[in-house]
Amino acid sequence: MAAGAGSAAAALPGERIVVSRWTRLLENQRVLATALLAPGVAILAAFIAYPFVMAIWFSLTDISVGTRGTFVGIANFRKAWNDTIFQTAFWNTCFYTFWATVFKLTLGMWLALLLNRHFRFKRMIRAWMLLPFIIPTVLSTFAWRWMFDPTFSVINWTLYHLGWISDRLPFLSDGDWAMWCAIAVNTWRGTPFFAITLLAGLQTINPDLHEAAALDGANAWHRFWHVTWPLLLPVTLVVVVFSVIQTFSDFQLIYVLTGGGPANQTHLVATYAYQIGIHSGLLGEGAAISLFMFPVLFLVVLFQLRYLKRMEGA
Amino acid sequence: MVIERKWKKWVYFYIPLTMFIVFTLFPFYWMTVTAIRPDAELYRSWRAPNATPFWTLEPTLEHFQGLLATTAFPQWLWNTMLIAIVSTIISLICGMFAGYALARLKFRGSEFLGTAIFVTYLVPQTLLFIPLADIIRGMQLGNTPWALMLTYPTILIPFCTWLLMGYFKTIPKELEECARIDGATRFGAMVRIIFPVAVPGILSAGIFAFTLSWNEFIYALVFLSSVEQKTVPVGVVSELIRGDIFFWGQLMAGALLGSVPVALVYSFFVEYYVAGLTGSVKG
Repeated sequence: MAAGAGSAAAALPGERIVVSRWTRLLENQRVLATALLAPGVAILAAFIAYPFVMAIWFSLTDISVGTRGTFVGIANFRKAWNDTIFQTAFWNTCFYTFWATVFKLTLGMWLALLLNRHFRFKRMIRAWMLLPFIIPTVLSTFAWRWMFDPTFSVINWTLYHLGWISDRLPFLSDGDWAMWCAIAVNTWRGTPFFAITLLAGLQTINPDLHEAAALDGANAWHRFWHVTWPLLLPVTLVVVVFSVIQTFSDFQLIYVLTGGGPANQTHLVATYAYQIGIHSGLLGEGAAISLFMFPVLFLVVLFQLRYLKRMEGA
Repeated sequence: MVIERKWKKWVYFYIPLTMFIVFTLFPFYWMTVTAIRPDAELYRSWRAPNATPFWTLEPTLEHFQGLLATTAFPQWLWNTMLIAIVSTIISLICGMFAGYALARLKFRGSEFLGTAIFVTYLVPQTLLFIPLADIIRGMQLGNTPWALMLTYPTILIPFCTWLLMGYFKTIPKELEECARIDGATRFGAMVRIIFPVAVPGILSAGIFAFTLSWNEFIYALVFLSSVEQKTVPVGVVSELIRGDIFFWGQLMAGALLGSVPVALVYSFFVEYYVAGLTGSVKG
């Protein structure tokens, strides 16, 4: 299978030098590593590292579409900081991330525990449960928006006919309601991800441990709290960190569900940055707004890296 | 005793699981019902006595026909497919090479590079889209599929690399060493021995990359402007809402049709997808 280079070179002495110069060069681990890493690193450098540096530069200038900006120091950051819509957006982002993560973790853990049992059609149900995570968020969020529609909401219809409400609920027309609706949709979308990864973690736990705990008289809750939860903690932390980053930087769900409204009450940092940077064309201000996400994400990533190191060390 | 047990199983297992299934799948059911419901029924008030929100008596395909005939939806499907496939291939090639280098080769700075690639995985698109739009415009790539084919890999390469690095590490070194004793070069051993053995891992990474590119929204929204260049998510958002009017029948038909390709790919490779999902998290 792999006899190619050696035997061909022996048969044709003339070609041997050419072949082996290349081969010898690629036999050097450093050279080969550089060659193999080059394409990926080039793409990441061109479209992540470089734009990141540009984002910082943009945020320090008054650049807008069509004009080259001049340096203005931290004026953009100061302006955003004193902007009440930005303040709301930043608070919303933290609120949204916190509650969505709490719900996703709780429901995801519950679902994982349910799916870890033996029942009929298990594989099929497990596959169905991942659908919200597979289907493009924008498209499924439209279905939710239609379900929350002020005039034609099926949820209002159901609650009304059950006799639980006498007038319709203002799902997306009230700022607070709309925020909770967004959290609900995010939870719907993200729970499967938590459930499936936690389920994978659950399956690595030795059932003997549960049996031993049960023999010692531990009830189901104690077995979960003292056996399952500690063993699952490493997987849980990784999933939570990953989800926090995704949720904190979320854009599409709010963009489709509320568009930041009503009256700018449900903007997240990312949607507000889009409105200022792309819609109004104020690239500098928009870049500054999105950079406000950076310190939070940086802390989360730092935590993740230190934690991973410790895991590898242990 | 037996009866009590059965009762317990209902309360602790069947009822919660059913609730999860309904909560998870109802929006899809709702999408389908809306897509086949005639307009007259669609815009009937929620208090109308003859409202039948959960089913329809006169299913129709008019929304699908309207969508395919009067909008650029088929073109968006094709664009999305092409972009997803090309960026998945680019990311897989980069990820396989980089993953192999990080898993198997000894060189200075390998640990740093591995960490650096991992960190880029955690940089969200929403932090970069404003300057990137400017860079893309500067490269004359604005409003072309290449704008997305080159930028989507930035989302995909990091996890492809990490996933495959983990996978390559589980392949015994002896396999490669045997080939090298037989005269294979390092590169040859990688391509002919390691990659074929790693096909399940490569498939996982590929499926995952494909669904992610199909799902991407903000780059497509910012980099593409003309109707016929758009991807499904962006086209649905920007072209199926005219002014303030939502064409819910067509919107839901579009959401349904736009979901079919990913759902199909997913249904054929569920196991690989799950392996990729859990593998990418465990790192």
